[in-house]
Amino acid sequence: MEAISHAGTVLGVLAKDGVVLAAEKKVTGKLLDMSGSKEGGYGGSGEKIFLLNSNVISGVAGLTADANSLVNYSRQTAQGHLFNYNDDIPVELLVQRLCDLKQGYTQYGGLRPFGVSILYAGYDPHYQFQLYHSDPSGNYSGWKATCIGANNGTAQSLLKQEYKDDIGIDEAVGLVLRTMSKTMDSTTLGSEKLEFATLTLDADKRPKAKIYKPAEIDALLVKHDLAKKDEDAEMRAA
Amino acid sequence: MDISFALTGKGYVLVAADTTAARSIIKMKSDEDKIKVLSPHLLMAFSGEPGDTVNFAEYVERNLRLYHIRHTYPLRPASAASWIRRSLAESLRSRNPYSVNLLLGGYDTATHTPELYWVDYLGTMTSVPFGAHGYGSYFALSLLDRYHDPEAGLEEGLAALRRCIDEVSKRLVVSPGKYKVKVVDKDGVREIEL
Repeated sequence: MEAISHAGTVLGVLAKDGVVLAAEKKVTGKLLDMSGSKEGGYGGSGEKIFLLNSNVISGVAGLTADANSLVNYSRQTAQGHLFNYNDDIPVELLVQRLCDLKQGYTQYGGLRPFGVSILYAGYDPHYQFQLYHSDPSGNYSGWKATCIGANNGTAQSLLKQEYKDDIGIDEAVGLVLRTMSKTMDSTTLGSEKLEFATLTLDADKRPKAKIYKPAEIDALLVKHDLAKKDEDAEMRAA
Repeated sequence: MDISFALTGKGYVLVAADTTAARSIIKMKSDEDKIKVLSPHLLMAFSGEPGDTVNFAEYVERNLRLYHIRHTYPLRPASAASWIRRSLAESLRSRNPYSVNLLLGGYDTATHTPELYWVDYLGTMTSVPFGAHGYGSYFALSLLDRYHDPEAGLEEGLAALRRCIDEVSKRLVVSPGKYKVKVVDKDGVREIEL
C-alpha cells in the first residue's frame, strides 16, 4: 500500500458514451527508448496503461513487476472466456477473477500480496461503460470517477467537485487533463510524462479501445490548451 | 428414435420434440419432456443415446443456472451455445463421449433477435433459421425449405410446424403419437397446445 501511494497517479472518469484513463509516468528521461510506444501495435509504453481485451483497458499503480504479472493473468483470463463463450468477457467478471487471485495471495501459501492498485475501464452489453478500482487486498468497487497513486486524495476531491452525472466523453477528457495538470509533479503536462487512453463505441456499436501515442497526446493537450508553451518563442513575439 | 424440429419467426423460436420414451418394441412413456428450459429465454431440445441425453441436458441446465446465479444475468443464447458446443467437443475425445444432439432456441434480450442453433454430438454447431434432428429431419427440412418464413408471425410458424409433424405421422413407419411444443420470445418460455 505504501508503494502505491508513491507511484504515478492514475485517473479514471466514466462518461455516458465512454471511459477515459490517464496516468503519470515515473520512468522517464532522455535515454529512455520510446520507439515501442511511438509505433507499437496496441499503444502505450508498457508502464502504466494496458489493453486487457478489446473491451477493457487498465491503468496500474504500484510495483511495476507485480502489475505486469497481473496484466498477463487478466489477458489470459479474458481470452479463456472468449474461448469458452465466444464473447468478450463482461468487465465485472474480469475484475472479479483478478481480485480472486489477489485475495488468494493474502490468505494462502505464505506469499506476499501483489503491491498494485488497478483501475479497469471497460464496456459490455449488460452494463455498458464501467469503471472499477481494485487494491492489493482483492477488494473492488465500481466508480464514476476515481484516482489511485500519488496525490489521489487531491485528485479525488477535485473530481468530486467537477464531475457531473451525464458528462460526455469530450468533457470527460477535458476534466481528466485538467485534474492531471493540477495533481502531477511537473508544472506542465507533456507526452513524455503522460499516458492517455479512451474506451468508446465505434460505428458498429463495438467497443473501441484507444491508447494514445505520444504525438496524439501532444495534439490533445494543444486542443485543450494545456500544452507546454514555448517560452522563448513567446518572448520573441512579445 | 427421437424426433425434434425447431424454427425461427418474427421475434420468436418454436421448438418441438416428440414425447415418446421407448426401448426396443415397448413404448414406456408417451408424455416425456425432451425440451429443457435452460434460462428465462433459452430452450434446448435433446436427442440421442438414452441416459447420455438427460445427463448432458441436466449438466448444461445446472451450469447455466449457476452462471445466472453468480452473475445476476443469464448467458446470451450465442454465448451459451458456444459453451455447450465446447463441452461436447471436449467430451468427444474423452474416454466416454456424450452422444447427444441438440436444438438450441433462444431470444437474445440485448439485441431483440430470435436465435436457433443446430448442435450435434461431434460438437458441430451452426446458426440456422430452422433445423431438425433424427428421422424427422428427412421430411422436415425440405418442407421447411419450402414453407418457412423467418418474418412470419406465430400462427404461420405453427402452421409450418404442423406440416412437418403431419408428414412424419403419414410417412414414418414408427411415428410418434404426440409432440411437445414450446415457444420462446421476449416474454420468455411457454408451452403451446398444437
